[in-house]
Parts: sequence; C-alpha cells; structure tokens
Amino acid sequence: MNPFSSGTRLRDMIRAIRACKTAAEERAVVRKECAAIRAAVSENDQDYRHRNLAKLMFIHMLGYPTHFGQMECLKLIASAGFPEKRIGYLGLMLLLDERQEVLMLVTNSLKQDLNHGNQYIVGLALCALGNICSAEMARDLAPEVEKLLQSRDQNIRKKAALCSIRIVRKVPDLAENFMGPATTLLKEKHHGVLITGVQLCTELCKASTEALDYLRKHTDSLVRVLKDLMASPYAPEYDISGITDPFLQIRILRLLRMLGQGDADCSDCMNDILAQVAAKTESNKNAGNAILYECVAAIMGIEANSGLRVLAINILGRFLSNRDNNIRYVALNMLMKAVGVDTQAVQRHRTTILECVKDSDASIRKRALELVFLLVNDSNVKPLTKELIEYLEVSDPDFKGDLTAKICSIVEKFSPDKLWYIDQMLKVLSEAGNYVKDEVWHALIVVISNASEFHGYTVRSLYRALQTSGEQDSLVRVAVWCIGEYGEMLLNNVGVLDGKEPMTVTESDAVDVVEMALKRHMTDVTTRAMSLIALLKLSSRFAPCSERIREIINQQKGSLVLELQQRSIEFNSIIQKHQNIKPALVERMPVLDEAAYIGKKASSSSATLSTEKTSHSNSSGVTVSLPNGVTKPPAAPLVDLLDLTPDDVPVSSSSGGDFLQDLLGIGSSPNSSLPGVSQAPPTGGADILLDLLSIGTPSPVSALNTVPTSQDNMSSVSPLEALSTLPSPVSSAQVSQPSMLGSVKGTIDQSKQPAGVAPVMDLLDGLSSNPLSLDESNPLYPSIIAYQSNTLKIAFSFSKQPGKPQITLIQATFTNLSSNVYTDFVFQAAVPKFIQLHLDPASSNVLPANGNGSITQSLSLNNSHHGQKALAMRLRINYKVNNESKKEDGQINNFPSDPRCLCMLTFFN
Amino acid sequence: MIRFILLQNRQGKTRLAKYYVALEESEKHKVEYEVHRLVVNRDPKFTNFVEFRTHKIIYRRYAGLFFSMCVDITDNELAYLECIHLFVEILDHFFSNVCELDLVFNFQKVYLILDEFILAGELQETSKKAIIDRMGELEKQE
Repeated sequence: MNPFSSGTRLRDMIRAIRACKTAAEERAVVRKECAAIRAAVSENDQDYRHRNLAKLMFIHMLGYPTHFGQMECLKLIASAGFPEKRIGYLGLMLLLDERQEVLMLVTNSLKQDLNHGNQYIVGLALCALGNICSAEMARDLAPEVEKLLQSRDQNIRKKAALCSIRIVRKVPDLAENFMGPATTLLKEKHHGVLITGVQLCTELCKASTEALDYLRKHTDSLVRVLKDLMASPYAPEYDISGITDPFLQIRILRLLRMLGQGDADCSDCMNDILAQVAAKTESNKNAGNAILYECVAAIMGIEANSGLRVLAINILGRFLSNRDNNIRYVALNMLMKAVGVDTQAVQRHRTTILECVKDSDASIRKRALELVFLLVNDSNVKPLTKELIEYLEVSDPDFKGDLTAKICSIVEKFSPDKLWYIDQMLKVLSEAGNYVKDEVWHALIVVISNASEFHGYTVRSLYRALQTSGEQDSLVRVAVWCIGEYGEMLLNNVGVLDGKEPMTVTESDAVDVVEMALKRHMTDVTTRAMSLIALLKLSSRFAPCSERIREIINQQKGSLVLELQQRSIEFNSIIQKHQNIKPALVERMPVLDEAAYIGKKASSSSATLSTEKTSHSNSSGVTVSLPNGVTKPPAAPLVDLLDLTPDDVPVSSSSGGDFLQDLLGIGSSPNSSLPGVSQAPPTGGADILLDLLSIGTPSPVSALNTVPTSQDNMSSVSPLEALSTLPSPVSSAQVSQPSMLGSVKGTIDQSKQPAGVAPVMDLLDGLSSNPLSLDESNPLYPSIIAYQSNTLKIAFSFSKQPGKPQITLIQATFTNLSSNVYTDFVFQAAVPKFIQLHLDPASSNVLPANGNGSITQSLSLNNSHHGQKALAMRLRINYKVNNESKKEDGQINNFPSDPRCLCMLTFFN
Repeated sequence: MIRFILLQNRQGKTRLAKYYVALEESEKHKVEYEVHRLVVNRDPKFTNFVEFRTHKIIYRRYAGLFFSMCVDITDNELAYLECIHLFVEILDHFFSNVCELDLVFNFQKVYLILDEFILAGELQETSKKAIIDRMGELEKQE
C-alpha cells in the first residue's frame, strides 16, 4: 500500500499541524504523533511503518528530534518492495548523515541493492550512497559503483557517475580506479550521462594529478563535444532561452579550464573553441551570460594567447557596465582574477569599480572593495584613499568595519610618507574610530612616536579632531596618549608645519580634554586607564594644573573598576608622596622600535593564548589585578613609562618572535637576581610592573621587547629591582601574587636555572626537556603508544610537577612508519571542557621516513576536575606526502583499558 | 559543489532542506535561520548572491518562496541561478502550477524530484522532460 496516495493520516497530521495557532499547540500535536509513532516502533508495526516514517520526516523538517526513527529507515530499506525501500532511503538521507554510526549498518543493504535486478532499486541505492556515504562506505562500495558506471541503463550510469564523485571526495586515493570508466562517459550522446561524466572528470582532476594528465589526452574530444553543442539545431528538451543545454556547456568549459591550466599544448587545443564561445554566445539572457562568464574564467585560467585575453577582458568590461546587478557582481569577481593577468586592463575600469564600492547592494560593495584593494599602487594610492575616506562618511554602519580595515591596510602598505600616513589615519579614526582594530591604532602610535618632527603637528590635529569626534574610541585613545606624551607641544605651538594655523590651547584646555575622555560614560576601561596615565604625565608637565589633576585622579578612587581604582590610588600617592622620583617616572617614552613592532604584530596571534593565561591568573585573588577585557596582547607602548631600560642596553629584538619567550625572559632575570623574592613567581612580578604602569592592555609584547633579556643585561637595572624603588603597596602585592603561568614556569625555571643569568632560550629548552628527565627518573609514569596506524606512531611519556597533581606534562614523540617523508606535519589535540590544554611548538614539521628520526612536542594538561574525571584526548594529525594532504584522527582510548595505565591515571587524577 | 539547498517561505518556515555535507542537527537549524535572515530582506534589485560564511548563497524568490543554494565561492553563480529556475520549472510542471501548499503536502515528492535533479551536490539531469518522465516511471512502481 502506498503511504501517500491512500494514507490520509499523513495529510491529516500535516493539516492538524498547520491548523495550530500557537507554537505550544503545534508542540502538543507533534508530541502526540511522536508518542504514537514510538508505540508503533516498539510494537514493530509492519503495515504503517512507511507512513510513520513519512510523518517523522515531516516532523523532522519542523525541527523536532526524530532520532528514534533511524532504525525504522534501516528496516524499510531491508524490506523487499520498491515503495518501502523508496521511503526508507528517503528517510535515511533526511534523518541520518555520514557521522551516525547507525549508517554503518546500512552498508550491507546498500550492497545488495546496488546488485539488485530492478534498475529502480539500484537507482535508489546509488542516490542514497551519493548523498550521504562516509569514507568507510565509499571504500567498501566503490567496486560496485565502478561496475555500475558501465551499466546499460543511462539513469544508472549518470547516478553512478555522481556517486563516484562523492566517493572520490571522501577517498581521493580511489581516483585512479575511476579514470578509465570516466573517460568512456565523455563519449556518451545522452546529455544527462555526459554532464555527470564531465563533472566526474573535473573531480578526478582535482583529486589526482595522474588523472589530470590522463584526461589531458582527451581534450580534443571535449572540444568536439562543445563545438557540436554550439552548432546544434534547436533542441526543445535542452533549450534554455535559445541556448542548447547551457549547463553542459558550462561544465565542459570548467573541465577545459582545469585541463588547460599550466599546460600550453592543451591550452592551444582549446583556444579556437573558447574564442568561438566568447564571440558567438548571446549575452541578452542569464543563461548566455553564465556561459560567457565561465568562458572568461577558462580564458583567464589557461595559458591563453593575448588576443583571447583581450576578448575576455572586453567581455568583463561589458559586464561591468551592465545594468543587471548579478552581471556586475560576477564581473567584479572575475576582474579579481584578471588583475593577476593584466593589471593595466583592469586599471582602466577603476572609476567604475570605485562606483561599485558605493553600491547599495552589500554583495557588490564587498567584491568591489576587494578589487579596489588589489588595484592600489604607489601612483594611485592618494586619490583612491581620498575617495574611500570620503565614502566612509556616508557608508552604512554594517559596511564600515570592512571599509576601515581595507583603508587602514592600504594606507599602511602604500603610504608615501609619514605625514600623509598620520593624516589619513586621523581622518579614518575621526570618521570610524569605533571600527578600527586595536593593531591599527597601536601601529599608528608607533609611527607617531618615531616621527619626532611631526609630534607637535600630530598632537594639535588630534586635539582638534577630538573636539568634533570625541565619540570614536580609538581616536580618543590615540589623542589621550599623544596629549600625555607631547602635551607641552600643544601649548607652545612647537613644530608648526608650513601653511598650518597655529592654535591657542591653554593647559587647562588640555586637561579638560583628557578629563572628558576619562569621564564620558561611553568610554571603556582601556581608554579611561590611558587617560589616567596621561593625566599623571601632564601633572608633571603642567605644573599649574597639578592640583586639579590630582583631584581628577582622586575622583577615580571610588571607581567600581578595580583597575581604575588602583591606578587612581597609586598615581595619587606618586603625586603626593614621591615628588622626587615623579619627573623620572613620567618622562617621555623612548622612541618605539618600529621593526620590532612589526615582528611582534606577526606573532601576536600566537601570543594571545599565553597573555590571556597570565592575566587570568592575575585576576584570581591578587590585589593587583586586571579586569577582563584587557587581555589583548598588542603593543601598548606606554608600558615603558617608567623607562626602566637604559637606552644603551641592547634590545633583544631578535628573540622577539615569541611572546612567551619574552615573558619568561623577563620572569627569569629578576628571579635570579633577586633571590629574596624568589617565592614570588617572576612572571607575576613582571605583570605587576606592567599592570601598574601600562595602559589598560597589559601588552607585554612591546614592553618586554625593550626589556633586556640577553646575557649582558645583568649589569643593567633589572625590572624588579627598579620596581622595588616604587611605593610599598606594589612590592607587597608582588610578593603575594600567585600566578598560574608564573608558578608553573617558575618552578621549572628555578629547578633548571643556576643562580645566574637565565637566557630565554635555555629556559624554553628547559620546558621541553624537563618532562623527559622527570620521566626517566620516575618509573611511576610509563609511556604509552597513544596512537598507531600503518603510517604513524605517537608515543606519550608523562611527568608531573611536584605539588601540581592536576597538571600533567606530556612529551609526545611522533615516528613515521612509512617510506615517505612527511612535510607540513601538524599535530592537533582536543580535550573535554574540564581540561585545559597547552601545546608547545613542535620540534620540527618535517618527519623523516622509516622511523629515521622523530618529532617531539610538549603538551601540558590541566585537569580542573582533578580526582573526579579521567584524562581523555582526541588527536588529529595533518601532514603532506608528496604534496598531498593527509589526515589521521585518533582517540586515546587505551588509557582506561590498560590496567597499568589505569593506575597511572588514578595517580594523575 | 552545492552544499545545501533550502526552500523557505517568507516567514522562515523551511519547506525543503537538502544537505550534501554532514552538519549537526543544531547547526542545520542555525544555517536555516541565518540564510533566511540574509535573503528575506534584500531588495529585489540587488544581486541574487550573498556571501555566507566561507560560501555563497545563490537565491531566488518566487512569490513567497525563497529557493537558496549554498555553493562554493569559486562556482559559477549565474549557472546556479539558472539551475534554481530549472528546478522551479520542473516543480511547476509536475504539480501543474505549483504553490506552497503543494510543496507542504507533497514534501516527500519534492525530495524525490530533487533526487532526480541533483545528486551528491552536482547536477544530474538538465532536461525537464527527462525528469518528469522519470518521475512518472517511478510512480508506476509504487
């Protein structure tokens, strides 16, 4: 019986659901239906099984859970009749996907159905396989599908071809098996089979270079097919607005592009036909434009001759002036690729493209903006930036983020001189300062600090900009910083540039501005903290206002934000009690190192993790603490406010790559030089220094960069020593500060380092070698083979820090068991939420063949449910063999099964 | 490659959702919600393409119904637009003058038609007639 034609119940249910007026009513109906279906399932009801499954599919579409119906699909698939199988397979595709383990149970039924005598049933099985098969199923069933590619029935052939695509996507190794059958499909006359054959070939080319070479030999026959298609008379079955099967033409063009890419001979073969398609295809309908678009893509992709390229660019030019937005969109898209081929030709359309940046359609704007970005060069940067900044004023808020990011990177990349850079950045900040990323204004401060000749000009411009755009956060930050640093230049009109008006600003005007920034209700903590520092600096520069400044600072004593309150109290005591050291404390910043900043910027992403750790540890129960939201790592130059480092000390910018190294570096030297406070975790100590003096962002990145970390720094003032000259609350805080990172690393540090200088690299070595040595000395931690496949072995050895039972250090050793070298080797691990995982960099990313050497990598796991839950981990290993990417996944489940490991685990937890 | 095909009405009710990549159930709901939000308020003069995460949505509106396909960023947008139209023509032909209610009450047939049109995220047949004929044959098997 047919569940749909005679079964009114499905219709009834849909009607009942549609009649529901509220979501609650709908839920009630669905709940009732589900209960009935569940009952039928448990009674193993045969008659209504397919109808029930159909209902479940509808319920599923509404978004309700239907997992209990999964087994019903399998039962229906296993039944004999076509209607049952049909609904069973439909349910399978809808309710299940490749990740459910239930799916494995269906492999056998699929295999039987693929070999079935009834072509319709074979079709059903192919369809299901093509839509949801997993890698395992692909491997198991590939031979069947391969055989079906030669079936007599064309419907089966085309389904098998698409099924093969899925199989090759899941298991690229199988590509070679399909090469032969796939090329026979190219000789088909039936369009359906032909188009699937062409798509299969395209997929094979992506999966294997061997297949690509093999298929290149068939270029001629493809060209012929396309030629015939173009010349074919009106064919009603395949006609779309006057063009015969545009879909097939497009697929062939796409395959031709793949074949011609990087192969001159092959490209030669198709030059003529591409020219023909480009010239003859009608462009007044979407279908024709779709072909032209694909044809242009092919011309841009292959090694085409210049005449053909001109033709292609002309088509794009025509597209660009089209009134249909879709056509303009694809034109912009394709021009991006054309930039690499013929920049001059694209530059000709620059004004049109710039107009597109201002289009009302976000999709077009986005494309156009990216294209503009590619078109910028030294000669047109000024007018282009001007246009973009002007547009920034009127663009809608959604787009401002993208636009500012692009403008900033254009300005940074192409600025001809510093003054222009500063000017443009100020414009952007005033216009869209709230959308500017932190790195951008940090970079601006670095540049300003280096441009001593423009200090006066900059601070005046900022002051002026602040009057009109005081609501733009990053503008306020830069302005406040500059006023703090160069406040006196604001008053004296120092360094007025030619043609600029001098302006009159009194000391109290300047203080007003900073006070406003501090008190504006929208201002965030970082800005407020920066304002406080600026005020502290101004208090020494503007002697007459000193008392007023002290009052402003004092007001923040009651701030609810700990950071501000603390600063206020500390600064207040600096002003009141330590007049003698104040001038030295608030001296102007030394010029920031641009090269080092750029280096830092590149590595800042890797530093994020560690900084967060540090500041978290800070906020956990320490008097000196940072509020959340100031955990960002980028450079905050004010950190160096105290001017701890004598300028003649060599700055170890070479070791600047890794933030962590620096962090440990600063931690290690005070530790060795001040044995008296060795209980205080050194990193923590450094943090206080940073907290106290930095602007809101702790930003050790740039600060640490200027702190000496090399051997010869012993003679210079070490940061902690300098710190000890500070008011007492600070030093007491520093002693009591527990810091997670600090203590972990600190203990290593103490155990490893002789009482002397602690070179940064050595310390890091210590980190990775420590666990090993511990492991050797302690038989309690046996090594395990965490993962082993035919190609790869991973061994874990374990160690613990004394007194830190929740932290497990793992030394992972990777060995290559195959005969090929692995490159780009990357190991990833995932752990449950209650465990924190920290991965150190691996010793290498190249793994030699045949076990001739290995890669090591240290991990540290912090189990927050120590003693309650066991360690668990999933692994993923990515690497390349002969430039082909491979992926292996694993789970460490030999922990619990091995009794030895069990006892180890209990020890660990 | 087509990642998924959605058929939604203006209120955001999903009338058909076919995924050719494996997604979590909750992720699917999120995707459907986001896609609906992306397409529903766009000006008809705008492009039929919206960028969506790392992919692209090609959509087209027919009366109160939105047909959306999520495709790779390098795919031919115009071709997929034509593809949506062909699918709609097939539905229109099959249900003779299709309306939303046809799709609701015969949802399983819509899926079956789609399975004859697209498989594994790729085009299977480009002839309307071939698909309608094939559906007729399959109906006879029931």
